[in-house]
Amino acid sequence: MRIMTSIVAGAAILMALTSAHAAETADTFKAAYEKAEAANKKAGELRNQWTTTVAALKSAKKAADEGNFDAATGLAKKAEALANASIAQTEREDKLWPNAVIR
Amino acid sequence: MASTIRVRAIAGADSTEVQALVQHPMDSGFVKDSKGELIPPHHIETVQFETGGKVVFTALWGPAVSKDPFVKFTFKGGKKGDDLKITWVDNKGSTDTTTAKIA
Amino acid sequence: MRHLVILATVMTCAFAPPLLAETTASSSPEKDFTAFRHYFTSKFPKVELNDFVNGPYSMDEGLRKQWVEKEVFPPYDFALDHGKELFEKPFKNGKTFADCFDNKGIGVRQNYPYFDEKTNEVVTLELAVNQCLEKNGEKPYNYMKDDMAAVTAYMAFTSRGKPFDIKIPKDNPKALEAYEKGKQYFYQRRGQFNFSCASCHVQAPGERIRAEVLAPALGILNAMPIYRSEWGGMGTISRRFTSCNSQVRGVPLKPQDPEYRNVEYYLSYMANGLPISGPGARP
Repeated sequence: MRIMTSIVAGAAILMALTSAHAAETADTFKAAYEKAEAANKKAGELRNQWTTTVAALKSAKKAADEGNFDAATGLAKKAEALANASIAQTEREDKLWPNAVIR
Repeated sequence: MASTIRVRAIAGADSTEVQALVQHPMDSGFVKDSKGELIPPHHIETVQFETGGKVVFTALWGPAVSKDPFVKFTFKGGKKGDDLKITWVDNKGSTDTTTAKIA
Repeated sequence: MRHLVILATVMTCAFAPPLLAETTASSSPEKDFTAFRHYFTSKFPKVELNDFVNGPYSMDEGLRKQWVEKEVFPPYDFALDHGKELFEKPFKNGKTFADCFDNKGIGVRQNYPYFDEKTNEVVTLELAVNQCLEKNGEKPYNYMKDDMAAVTAYMAFTSRGKPFDIKIPKDNPKALEAYEKGKQYFYQRRGQFNFSCASCHVQAPGERIRAEVLAPALGILNAMPIYRSEWGGMGTISRRFTSCNSQVRGVPLKPQDPEYRNVEYYLSYMANGLPISGPGARP
């Protein structure tokens, strides 16, 4: 009896874990992509976009065009993270650069 | 149209040093253009240096030599005022030749 | 959970902006110039001052030997000839480049960039070349290579040996602002690799990045434009700035964008007194 309970419990945990990654859709991708694009646009206004951000956006779009919304959304989230890092870098460096000046 | 061959030959005690710069695209045939298409092979195959009726140096180039090749060598003999004739032939059958005086 | 809090605290402390001992108010281009020059001459006491313009060749004997040999028939020779032809060929309206420049454009490269007080913009040589073309109804050149490289190679050649003579008009705060922005661009980290221009050319001149020997920032523009073996062809200052950006994984700005013109202004000013050596050849 106890073994059965453990198996059922194990199966339940497994299902809970896998259902945490519910399948992404065209809509969830679009939302993630637009967020990433907006962040990259801000980075562009700060004159410091990263090439890897642009590449991630491109790959995200390509995966979405192929209907692979899980991968596409993952890539869009990665692009957003990269864009945010580039913004943080500019804000940080705007204060730190004088320390590097030869004096 | 100016010659594609620039050459300088300087006679020493018993040998002559020759330097030559040749203008040529030297396309190997393995490189792709921005559209992803192969750039066809277009490279010099042989270069010959002649003086006093004798070939003193033959270079066998080909796809492994890069653009605008430079060659430098020394040959026994040669004296100031002699003519030095340089001729190249490429894989398309084009050719150019020039004659310079040994200095 | 506690680990995350500690990590976050450590990270914010590490990045908290420190008290700035020097602000731009207490510095001046003249003070910057002296400090910059002193940094490189004391870091490389055996290098003759004028030799800094030879970039990696002033840093590495083996590279210098190869370069000296190649200079007999330098790879920029063809571009130089082509540049002279382009420079002398009349436009459709009969005028030539000589009509746009002081001294007919001969021996003037060392005066660029200059600060145009009418437009409050930094004018580089490349910008001036295209302004000349447009003024005379001709199509402007692509900034990166080919004809732009050829014409600026010829103009640099006519100035060989002349010392950089960059001016920051004292009574014009906009000129000083452009200089300061250029200085900021030079020292500010960018791109995913988090490098600034200074990371390579102030921190590590003479050392290697992959297989390349790094040039010192002092006199780094004096040899431009260059035939770069890596490119298999000529490249302008615009080409080098944009490729430096992409090499640190930063999306390049447009050629001759204000940031690039400002940093060219800063670097050229830092090289005042050092001879123009362009056009150059680099690995």
